[in-house]
Amino acid sequence: MQIPPPLDPADALQRALPAALLDTHSFRGETTLIIAREHIVAACRFMRDTPGLVYNFLSDISAVDYYPEYSRPERFGVSYHLYSMLYNRRLRLKVFVPEEEPEVDTVTGVWPGANWLEREIYDMMGITFVGHPDLRRLLMPADWDGHPHRRDYPLGYEQVQFSFNAEEIMKHKPFAKE
Amino acid sequence: MAIQIAQQHIQEGKWEGSVEELRGLVSERALTGETMLLNMGPHHPSTHGVLRLLLELDGEEIVTCLPDVGFLHTGIEKNIESKTYEKAVTLTDRMDYLSPLSNNMVFCLAIEKLVDLDVPPRAQAIRVMLLELQRIASHLVWLGTHALDLGAMSVFLYCFRERELILDMLEMLSGQRLMGSYFRPGGVWRDLTPDFLPALEKFLAYFPAKVDDYETLLNENPLWIDRTQGIGVVEPEVALAWGMSGPTLRGSGVNWDIRKAMPYSGYEQYDFNVPLGEHGDVYDRYIVRVREMRESLKIIRQAVDKLPGGPFRSQNRKFVPPPRSELGQSMEAVIHHFKLWTEGFSAPDEEVYVAIESPRGEIGCYLHGTGGNKPRRVHFKTPSFMHISALPVMTKGHMIADLVGIAGSIDIVLGDCDR
Repeated sequence: MQIPPPLDPADALQRALPAALLDTHSFRGETTLIIAREHIVAACRFMRDTPGLVYNFLSDISAVDYYPEYSRPERFGVSYHLYSMLYNRRLRLKVFVPEEEPEVDTVTGVWPGANWLEREIYDMMGITFVGHPDLRRLLMPADWDGHPHRRDYPLGYEQVQFSFNAEEIMKHKPFAKE
Repeated sequence: MAIQIAQQHIQEGKWEGSVEELRGLVSERALTGETMLLNMGPHHPSTHGVLRLLLELDGEEIVTCLPDVGFLHTGIEKNIESKTYEKAVTLTDRMDYLSPLSNNMVFCLAIEKLVDLDVPPRAQAIRVMLLELQRIASHLVWLGTHALDLGAMSVFLYCFRERELILDMLEMLSGQRLMGSYFRPGGVWRDLTPDFLPALEKFLAYFPAKVDDYETLLNENPLWIDRTQGIGVVEPEVALAWGMSGPTLRGSGVNWDIRKAMPYSGYEQYDFNVPLGEHGDVYDRYIVRVREMRESLKIIRQAVDKLPGGPFRSQNRKFVPPPRSELGQSMEAVIHHFKLWTEGFSAPDEEVYVAIESPRGEIGCYLHGTGGNKPRRVHFKTPSFMHISALPVMTKGHMIADLVGIAGSIDIVLGDCDR
């Protein structure tokens, strides 16, 4: 069987879906492609199905919260770690998700294994995956309030109220109001 | 009769809520009471921890299986965000409690990649040796409990007898049988102790015959074959799509072992084979794991023979604390010691993803620094998590008795899943 030569993922994506690729980033030999949020499913499908790329294995989806420094364009980032068994290389696709509208399209249609990974992020980070078949809380109880992996979620102790977030925190206090 | 009573209860609203919440998750037949909804777990001995399975049964056949996890969620990832990098290593032990060294390893590798820290060859060889010992120990627990689930009690006793020898060796090094946090960023906690290598030699001479014993007990045992062959078949495409890895994936015949594909810690120097299955059933996953134990012995043998000298941890004092003996003589060593144990070291505001081959499959660590001394986000991609998420696909259409075998064959650890 003839194996097509490996393609550079950034070039290939730039040619096929120019609107999807916003930026590329490289750190310690890891390639990150910053993808426009509305194109993530198309980009994932392209990475999986294009000869020369064949990123057929979804290793991980993880989300990160850039609160309070906001060192990135938006508050949240979602990283998709892909692996190509044929070419033995990894790739990270990253989307930035705004605080006001924490929504990304689901990639469960591309890899069914994304199901629980996305449920975990929904549970822990409060990012909704649009079109997900079964978006319920996974690790926390169903009636839990808040999303523990957000950086403004306190680690077990009473959260300090400042004037800018006093009302927001008061809503989550575990005593009867009024 | 039971169905009529159930239907009557539903109509009278006595069962409000609980069944309606499941609409869309179980079949319509369950809502009318035609099929039975049964809770298995969270306190069921064959769920290997606290896994709750909500089963929809048509007679003895599984129509739907809904895993419910999170009972062992301890917020390890959240806790790590408030600790310095070095102090967080102890927390990672508690995830996959049957192979804590793999968790240490992946976290240390991620830190080393993030801050670009070297690991001396001796530390790498010690790490490989211990990772393979840990793999054998983990596989022994798996083999013992899996065989116990399927009715072969004696295997359990033998496996735990041999595992005890490995735990004793781990105790010689770290002082702890299970959660030693022996791997640290930049190397290992301390050098091999004088009693470790003789004990390891004894184990290497003793253990191969024991693996033969396990195989004699099980391989051609007709009961074992009836309970495992043709059960829980996973096609390679299905396994890949659901993100399975490790022996579960290799049991389906996919040749992917991270130790071979992307060698870390010097695995490329060792000669070993990757056992593969053919049919992807419970039996093949068993065979793959038993053969892996023999391969691990081969790797340990080579690592002992080639064990290089030199330092056992990095000499980069910006990241690795100086030895105790220097503190009385060098002011600089005191400063480094104080800085590292109070403030810790800083890592850039960047992200890395590192994956290694744990006994259960690909365990990955996504680490994002802040530029300061604590991580912004740590996420562990754990093999048990992916395997339990695929359990509904694997068990569909099987008998409920086989569920025990299938859940056992993917080697789940709930601490690994829930973190």
